[in-house]
Amino acid sequence: MLPMSRFIATIGGHKPPISLALLASVGVLICFSACDFLIPEPQDEYVNGRLRVTYWEKWTGVEGQAIRNVVDRFNASQDRIFVDLITTSQIDRKTLVAIAGGEPPDIVGLWNQAIPPYAEKGALMPLRPFMEKAGMSESDFIDVFIVMNKYKGELYGLPTTPATCSLHWNKKLFREAGLDPERPPRTLAELDEMAQKLTKYDANGNIVQLGFSPAEPNWWPYAWSAWFGGRLWDGHNITFDTPENLATLQWIKSYADRYGVDRLRRFRSGASGQFASPQNPFFTGKIAMILQGVWMANFISQYAPDLEWGAAPFPTAVPGLDYVTVAQCDSISIPVGSRHPDEAFEFIQFLYQQKEIEQLNIDQWKFSPLKNVSPDFVARHPNPNIKLFMDLGSSPNAYCLPDLLIFYEYSDEITPAIDKIMNGLDTPEHLVKHVQNQVSKKWARVQQVVEKREAAQQETRP
Amino acid sequence: MTPRERRNLRNGLIFIAPWIIGFLIFVAYPLVASFFYSLCDYSVLRPPVYIGGLNYQEMAQDPVFWKSLGNTVYFTVLFLPLSTLVAIALALLLNTGVRGMAIYRTIFFLPSLTPLVALGILWMWMLNGEYGVINHVLNTLLKPLGVQAPAWLQSITWSKPAIVLMSLWGVGHAMVIYLAALQDIPVQLYEAAELDGARAWSKIRHITLPLLSPAIFFNVTMGIITAMQVFALPYVISSGEGGPARSTMFYSMYLYHTAFRYLRMGYACAMAWFLFIVIITLTLIFHRISRRHLHYGQ
Repeated sequence: MLPMSRFIATIGGHKPPISLALLASVGVLICFSACDFLIPEPQDEYVNGRLRVTYWEKWTGVEGQAIRNVVDRFNASQDRIFVDLITTSQIDRKTLVAIAGGEPPDIVGLWNQAIPPYAEKGALMPLRPFMEKAGMSESDFIDVFIVMNKYKGELYGLPTTPATCSLHWNKKLFREAGLDPERPPRTLAELDEMAQKLTKYDANGNIVQLGFSPAEPNWWPYAWSAWFGGRLWDGHNITFDTPENLATLQWIKSYADRYGVDRLRRFRSGASGQFASPQNPFFTGKIAMILQGVWMANFISQYAPDLEWGAAPFPTAVPGLDYVTVAQCDSISIPVGSRHPDEAFEFIQFLYQQKEIEQLNIDQWKFSPLKNVSPDFVARHPNPNIKLFMDLGSSPNAYCLPDLLIFYEYSDEITPAIDKIMNGLDTPEHLVKHVQNQVSKKWARVQQVVEKREAAQQETRP
Repeated sequence: MTPRERRNLRNGLIFIAPWIIGFLIFVAYPLVASFFYSLCDYSVLRPPVYIGGLNYQEMAQDPVFWKSLGNTVYFTVLFLPLSTLVAIALALLLNTGVRGMAIYRTIFFLPSLTPLVALGILWMWMLNGEYGVINHVLNTLLKPLGVQAPAWLQSITWSKPAIVLMSLWGVGHAMVIYLAALQDIPVQLYEAAELDGARAWSKIRHITLPLLSPAIFFNVTMGIITAMQVFALPYVISSGEGGPARSTMFYSMYLYHTAFRYLRMGYACAMAWFLFIVIITLTLIFHRISRRHLHYGQ
């Protein structure tokens, strides 16, 4: 075998081996220690003579194609700007790192929950100045979807594809249970009663068909109290220990009591099929009533096209309180550090032409965030119940997440609390106090740190 | 130092420089920085604010922190002895001279090559409370007793044992190390014991296990370190939430939530340092205890 030194000498030509090693090491050294100086100043990029504007968006599949069509139409209409759409998974985390690293995209598609924490950290640009220049107004949009994109009164995102949720029910199962398939429950008490009629057991007492359960699928565990007139936050304090929230947890517990902790657990273990699959328990008729979003129609058409279903406002516990829903949306924002914010907003302005935003939302089976709707929008929409979801979005009782910095921590206290109730491990009376306590502590910590931050900033300012 | 020695030192340093520089930039600096950040409130986007020991103080009073630590210790205490037993038992079986041994060895090693995510999804179906193959068998066996098998991943009591069960599929690596160690044991020791009339169990107890002790020590030490950091399996099976009721919220998962869901890098750094100290303490204790029981071949 060729000895190593000879081998190096061979590839290094006639020079002695050491000089090659030296050269290589010094090269690596320079690369590592001087990499800061070696990175060139960021430069504008051009595609066929047009300025390249980057747009990160999370959607894939049908939803991804819907936005790609908009981008393509924008690019076709332009001779100065080229929007480069980049599909990005885990977009919130990657955007965070990109902003911190000083190389963010020019446009980013987050969702409304991300707006308060990002805005608080100074990661997003306020959009009002851009809108004023472009002649756009907040009042063009459905109120609740603007509210959820604000933090401390300032607007940091615009709603692209809004969503609301409602009661979905299986008409065939209603008929089998002797109920009127066209008449959904109108009060929460009626829902509980119908749920009992819709529940079937096998010879061993196992549940084979469940009328309703707050734990199925429980996508908005933090929001149940909205149907009881409750709130999580009053703008200053955590308000979990209230009669409304207690009533909510007691209602959830009534399901564990009525159907049995073990039986529900076994049912759940068998029925917890993947959401986007033909095994979804609502599609297979294992669950008769669920709380689900505007997107459900799309999945029904894909996985259970023969399902007879209806949608109605989810009934409330409080007389006079109606059209309660959880409203949420995907948002479009301009990150701080974007090198072409004006060009970025030109695309955003294009997107909010009535024709474009309606097409995007029809393609995604959602509804337009604009108050003004084309006369044929409902007729063109693939969801037969789209009008209901639009009405829910405009309802004064549409519930949106509080612009609370520790919202995730709050919701991560509520989810296990509901788990504990459904497993018969704790009482609603104790849990309202427990959650109130835990989240209040976290809130106090945040305020303490904010004070320290402000103090530190004042010190640095002469 | 002679000029030659000095030149050799210089050349040596130059050759190893890429590694040293890489280590300094990618390991040493982040390590030191993470300790500094553990004393700060830091969310990546804003400069860190020094808050002293506040993160550590909060940790002491954070019920989720203790819950996740408890879950992790529970997992480690159940998983380590079981995995050691299973790996040694498998290695012993695979060390007998049966025909076609290479095939058996491959078969028992194969599960270790399965990606954790695939493993998690597969086991979620096998452990399904109503249709899962495991409960199908269990329920048939338990029927005369009038007991029903647990709902595994939906049950607060059984979710952690279920994860231990899944993790046992990954003992292949330890098994291979034990197998190699077994083959290093000189045959004449067994022959001598047989002449003295030793039975199978005596041979295992007095020859195999003592001579296997260095391998056991290595595997258990590595086991402590990996078990305390268990992450991927529970993350996959609970969709990252650690449910039901935080029964599968392990330490590394809570750390990840703190860093990337709550954007509290400072608290996450403090948690990482605490875990580091716990792991190093456990390893040292284990090292102390086992020193007397280690037997090397010589």
